Amino acid sequence: MSGAVPWDAARAQEIIAAHLSLEGPALPILHALQHEFGYVPEAAVPQLAEALNISRAEMHGVMTFYHDFKRQPQGRHVLKICRAESCQSMGAEKIALDFLARLKLEWGETTPDGALTVETVYCLGLCAHSPSAIFDEEPIGRVDGVKLDELAEEARSA
Amino acid sequence: MTKIYIPRDMAALAVGAKRVVAAVQKDAAARGLNIEIVRNGSRGMLWLEPLIEVETPAGRVGYGPVKPSDVPALFDAGFLTGGVHPLSIGRVEDHPYFARQRRVTFQRCGIVDPVSFAEYAAHGGYKGLDRAFAIGPEATIAEIAASGLRGRGGAGFPTGIKWKTVADCPAEKRYVVVNADEGDSGTFADRMIMEGDPFSLIEGMTICAFAIGSDKGYIYLRAEYPIVAEIFEQALIAARAAGVLGKNLRGSSLSFDIELRIGAGAYVCGEETSLLESLEGKRGIVRAKPPLPAHVGLFGKPTVVNNVLSMATAPMILADGGAAYHAFGVGRSRGTIPLQIAGNVKYGGLCEVPFGLTLGEIVNDIGGGTLSGRPVRAVQVGGPLGAYLPTSLFDTPFDYEAYTKVDSLIGHGGLVVFDDTVDMSWMARFAMEFCAIESCGKCTPCRIGSTRGVETIDKIRAGENVAANIELLKDLCQTMKLGSLCALGGFAPYPVESALRHFPEDFHKPALEAAAE
Repeated sequence: MSGAVPWDAARAQEIIAAHLSLEGPALPILHALQHEFGYVPEAAVPQLAEALNISRAEMHGVMTFYHDFKRQPQGRHVLKICRAESCQSMGAEKIALDFLARLKLEWGETTPDGALTVETVYCLGLCAHSPSAIFDEEPIGRVDGVKLDELAEEARSA
Repeated sequence: MTKIYIPRDMAALAVGAKRVVAAVQKDAAARGLNIEIVRNGSRGMLWLEPLIEVETPAGRVGYGPVKPSDVPALFDAGFLTGGVHPLSIGRVEDHPYFARQRRVTFQRCGIVDPVSFAEYAAHGGYKGLDRAFAIGPEATIAEIAASGLRGRGGAGFPTGIKWKTVADCPAEKRYVVVNADEGDSGTFADRMIMEGDPFSLIEGMTICAFAIGSDKGYIYLRAEYPIVAEIFEQALIAARAAGVLGKNLRGSSLSFDIELRIGAGAYVCGEETSLLESLEGKRGIVRAKPPLPAHVGLFGKPTVVNNVLSMATAPMILADGGAAYHAFGVGRSRGTIPLQIAGNVKYGGLCEVPFGLTLGEIVNDIGGGTLSGRPVRAVQVGGPLGAYLPTSLFDTPFDYEAYTKVDSLIGHGGLVVFDDTVDMSWMARFAMEFCAIESCGKCTPCRIGSTRGVETIDKIRAGENVAANIELLKDLCQTMKLGSLCALGGFAPYPVESALRHFPEDFHKPALEAAAE
């Protein structure tokens, strides 16, 4: 996402240290790292394992269990399109697949210019305005192909 | 100064509330008018969002759905004094959708400024906690038990019994945990209450802490709700400033604070034991029960895990008494249920009513039928693990036991409406696919069964040995139901079996097409 800075192990250590007084700090730390750097690289695993006093395997397990923690940098913008039941009842599946085909992307991929990553999401709680999506942190209801194309264009230009 | 309300609710934002706020501010400034915009929660009439409300001597008058381009005309029509305009809905409380409701949990949602402690207090806030302090922990639990309140997360377990179990468990530390991992498609009640009336949840958790003897509460919120996190953090800060969280809160001997934790996109973390694992910083793997979280919960300590709605209802129950809540509802389903009507529906929104309305009343009378205008074919009740019900079951009353009787569940009270273009074998496949994606992997029936389910439904959809594969699928569903550790694998068969039972024609398409040729 835009605003992320390149990976820096020393800065990561500061972020980790700032959260160690919490009970069960692993998720807050992973969120904070991802917020800062846009992703959590494999290189962070030994550092986190050491700080949390768990094995590298356990840490790897935690990081990879959750869909939201990314191990590679994402596009400058992230568009998540809902494909849960409510959105499907309003034709979300076809709208999303047509959009992906126009961008020549599969779910989870990023456009070659690095502008936009398109992901699935399973419910945004906007089910009375299905189909829905979220562009970075901006929720969008009553999504259609035109709106998605506009967002892709916005991502390219910003 | 005229007070104008424009929701900061995520659904209102999704249909342009932010741009409407900007347009109103711009126009008011240009006209030299003195206005105050309050960013309230939503009233729940979501098809009218963004809904602008204006405070007038006659009450709050609504206009919606408003587009930024409508704003100049609203000013021209004198909307600041309740003037007539095509978007006017009159007094919001007189709207038929609103008037038929019985708002208990949502009594303040959409009415107050969600982050103003003074407004919460002015609208009856903290009467519940004060009464709890007056009657003591045991009587507090007795009130919750007398209300008949059952967990709104899906299982419907009596809340009073849960609290009592934790209170009775000897321990030097106990936790209050709120499950705000509202992942079911078609549900948004937790989101709305946390965006529209966060103090009710804070007060409810504090009542629980007092009742069970806890000094620490956690809310596990799903990452898909960034606006909730923003609003709720503001409410927590305001609550600490007002002295209703922290040491010796409200001048009592109770010390209690709440921490908001954010999930990371795992649906299974809505299952309470998986949620606890995740809070502890581990993979969200389901724990085998027993031991129950009430005995061995967060960090091994006795823990109450309640859904947002159950907890946010506690203040009213304490303030007005358990009997007042128990007076609503039918049979063993007491009180009110905030229905969430969604999907292909004309009047989608949140409607809090006593238990007992029939499915047909909910979908047709309240929801107004489909948005597409085509006939309703199926309604999925209770999220992705809930059954698909056909219109022939529209006389089923909304209560826990009646839904069990038709092999269904009410879950978190969400309903998703589908019109006659839906392909039910595809929806059955999706239920299995979703289960495969979200399975935590601990137990075999869920982890392997869901993938085999997708493959088997694909064969059926391709017309391959249809009868034999349907038998195999039914058998697989039985294995998943009986052999899975938690509700994910255990309930994923509900949508599949209900689709097979009520919409068998959708599983014989190639054969039917061949016969037609």
